[in-house]
Amino acid sequence: MRVVLLLVVCLCWQAVVNAQTQVSGRVTDKAGKPVPGASVGIKDSYDGATSDSTGHYRFTTEEKGVQQVVVSCIGYQLWEQPLTVEGAALVLDIKLKEQPSELKAVVVTAGSFEASDSKRTTVLNSIDVATTASANADITAAIRTLPGTQQVGEKEGLFIRGGSGEEAKVFIDGTLVNNYFYSAVPDISQRGRFSPFIFKGTVFSSGGYSALYGQALSGALILETIDLPERTEASLGISSVGLSGGYQYLNKKKTFSGGASYAYTNLLPYFALVKQRVDYFKVPAYHGADANFRWKTSKTGLLKFYGTFQANRLGIRTADIDSASLKNAFGLKNHNLYGNLSWREKLGDDWHIYLGSSFSTNRDDIQNQLQNRQNEQQDIDGLPWNIKTFDALVKGSLTQVKAVLERKFGGLTAFRFGGEYQYFHDDLSYTDTLNRHNIINDHFKAAFAEADIYVTNNLAAKIGTRVEHSSLLDKANLVPRVSLAYRLGKLGQASLAYGIFYQKPEKTQLVIDPGLSYTRASHYIANFQKVTATRTLRIEAFYKKYEDLVKTYPALNNNGYGYAKGVELFWRDRKTVKYVDYWVSYSFLDTKRDYLNYPYSLTPNFAAKHTASLVVKRFITNWKTQVNASYSFATGRPYYGFRYNAGASKYEVFDQGDTPPYNNLSLSINYLPNIGKQNSKTFVVWVLSVNNVLNQQQLYNYNYSYNGLIRQPVRPPANQFFFIGCFFSFGVDRSQDIINSNL
Amino acid sequence: MKKSLLLIAVVLLTVGSFAQSAKYSTAMKTQIDQLAAAFGNNGFPALANNFERIGDAEKTQWLPYYYAAYATVMSALIEQNHSKTDAIADKAEALIGKAESLAGAPNSELYVIKSMIATAHLQVDPQNRWMQYGQVSADNIEKAKQADPTNPRPVYLEGQSKFFTPEAFGGGKAVAKPIFEKALTMFSDFKPAGELYPTWGKESTEYFLSQCK
Repeated sequence: MRVVLLLVVCLCWQAVVNAQTQVSGRVTDKAGKPVPGASVGIKDSYDGATSDSTGHYRFTTEEKGVQQVVVSCIGYQLWEQPLTVEGAALVLDIKLKEQPSELKAVVVTAGSFEASDSKRTTVLNSIDVATTASANADITAAIRTLPGTQQVGEKEGLFIRGGSGEEAKVFIDGTLVNNYFYSAVPDISQRGRFSPFIFKGTVFSSGGYSALYGQALSGALILETIDLPERTEASLGISSVGLSGGYQYLNKKKTFSGGASYAYTNLLPYFALVKQRVDYFKVPAYHGADANFRWKTSKTGLLKFYGTFQANRLGIRTADIDSASLKNAFGLKNHNLYGNLSWREKLGDDWHIYLGSSFSTNRDDIQNQLQNRQNEQQDIDGLPWNIKTFDALVKGSLTQVKAVLERKFGGLTAFRFGGEYQYFHDDLSYTDTLNRHNIINDHFKAAFAEADIYVTNNLAAKIGTRVEHSSLLDKANLVPRVSLAYRLGKLGQASLAYGIFYQKPEKTQLVIDPGLSYTRASHYIANFQKVTATRTLRIEAFYKKYEDLVKTYPALNNNGYGYAKGVELFWRDRKTVKYVDYWVSYSFLDTKRDYLNYPYSLTPNFAAKHTASLVVKRFITNWKTQVNASYSFATGRPYYGFRYNAGASKYEVFDQGDTPPYNNLSLSINYLPNIGKQNSKTFVVWVLSVNNVLNQQQLYNYNYSYNGLIRQPVRPPANQFFFIGCFFSFGVDRSQDIINSNL
Repeated sequence: MKKSLLLIAVVLLTVGSFAQSAKYSTAMKTQIDQLAAAFGNNGFPALANNFERIGDAEKTQWLPYYYAAYATVMSALIEQNHSKTDAIADKAEALIGKAESLAGAPNSELYVIKSMIATAHLQVDPQNRWMQYGQVSADNIEKAKQADPTNPRPVYLEGQSKFFTPEAFGGGKAVAKPIFEKALTMFSDFKPAGELYPTWGKESTEYFLSQCK
């Protein structure tokens, strides 16, 4: 009985103890705007509530004494404060601080286009690259539909904002790629050596790029290879220009993958069907083999290797410009080996380490001959004919290592620093009427530091510096790189960037005069950008100042200079027209420079004043087909005939003008017949593409005869290019992916 | 007397701990009962907060975090403003991670939520994300089926996926219908492992089945 009584007393006592206290108030952000959906509660108890659309909350608690109030909300920092709870109703207003987050924070974007598969907000990604109609799966060709680039068809390279093709460099997994493009052929631009499908991320910078990179006056294309593939698969491709096959293995634990592939390209059947302007006495043929492995060395560590070996040859014969009956035959054999090994790992909670290394060696074996009508070698004394027959053997290798350490601070603020070492070894032999053989070596070292500073979610700065030294030039340089980004309204942001960029003169110039110094460019960029999930608007204005450019007369010197300024526009929209994704880019460029053999400051022949591109893509579900179109336009580029005036010992312009405008409409169709087939283990893509559908005449430049009396237009080898191919992958059921994409 | 005191102490302790677990299951049941109604009034964020508070206070139970993750991913899936979806889905991911570490090992119900989280990410930009998230979502449906072949929820999710897929891609109502029918049978036979264990999905399956006619 007594026990029961006690029990009753106890329970009553508990009830008394459990008397409730009401807590209420309002949750706001720093600006005083209500924060709905915030969880307000007493720590280690069930008691709490969620703020409503006006930020108000109310709950009751049975707890007593000093309690910890915890407030959490997505996008805001955790809020905690002790509170004495005694039974009387309490009012507690809470101000939350925004959580710096990658999704909401401003990003420093001046000058750069990020195209990555890993980040959630991107301008372009690798599928976009592969499905741009005019590109034929060449990365730089797709990049040419972005603002800031020129439609140059007679020479490889990215011609960015009044810069020449040599002024843009390509980096793979952090390290410089020495021979990104297939070796140069006179008046015919070459593709990049690397398939877009080995990369998961692309950053295209048309100026003001990070201090982690250097030696590019105009811009950088920064590519990141894929991590582990999705699964084991074999692939096979057959197209109008060749065959390819590969195998990629992934272990069950998804910690290791390895693979190899081989591709053979031969244009013989294609050239038999589609007439070319130039006479190919050796039809272009390419062998390419690659191998890779990726190994998860720990939960956070990844070791990646990618290597490729390529061998190719071609020979073209064109009419000799200095004589009516003679021909000029150019033959090229190229071997290229490239390997890249990189490792990244997290050290503790705050540190990241990145180590990269690469080795490449390239060999161009060039034979040029002056030939008669019977295609036999013809020797004629006297300029210009006696130097038209020559042999050149150009060998070059690049060995490099790079290390970057990154320390992350609260939020997105980070500090990174590191260094790189590059060893360039170039061996050039050239024989015409004389024998010349030169070997040049350069030990190039750089150290860099960079900080990402997030003052708030609305204001960010990237401040960096870089110091470089070249043993060949025996000169060092130190440069600043600064950019700022400020958020305007909910979706807009404004950015500013400034930086100084140095670049070594070309090796063909250094061979003649190793006493040359760095060329130099200063970039000033202002940018406005507005991004939603389905639309992107960018407007960018820039001013670029060139100093110490290389001039080739009276002797090699660094007295060249120039400027470039312009405005660019980019608009991408996936919303307005249903099922259609399109982007438009426009560039206005005003540039002049005095370099090489220019007699005075001129707009270079690779710079058009107005350039525009429209790219449209649409997937037609019922046909299982994606249709892509692109249209590029550029106003005429200037051309010049230069003649050396021995009396005045300088070059003079004896002819000049503008080429006709450039127009190119391209179409491509991707047909995916196996989409949605139940349990299909084979995935097939048919690709059909036509470059320059309207067969518009394209004229890039003029070549002049030695005496200046004859000029020949520089045109593409054929107006149009047709491609048909079929690509299979086995052991993969991708239909599920596509099904899910339509959820 | 001493004996009585001891007895009292024991009784008090027992009552106390019994009261505690009763409090837990009562609180959980109250919240779980509100989940069905949350579709209509978007009560998911508030319920997610309540479940998370219970999980934080209990410290050893995985079910509160499981339900917190479920309510969070549901609010991500019905969020109309796609610029918010990723952050909400990330929150659900963090919660399901807590549930998984408390459960000790992944189980069928956890895979179900993981599949839904991937679907939420996918919804933001299907065209560009299907390669990554479509795969994750499908993989987790498979894992959920393997971990518990009697669980009807992965089957329901599979039916839903087919339902929203165009016929040209091997989806459509006709394809989805038998899957929903299978899921419905499985729901009738399904025995939850305990009274607080997940049972949701039957009403939605019935709804989709009615739409398949």
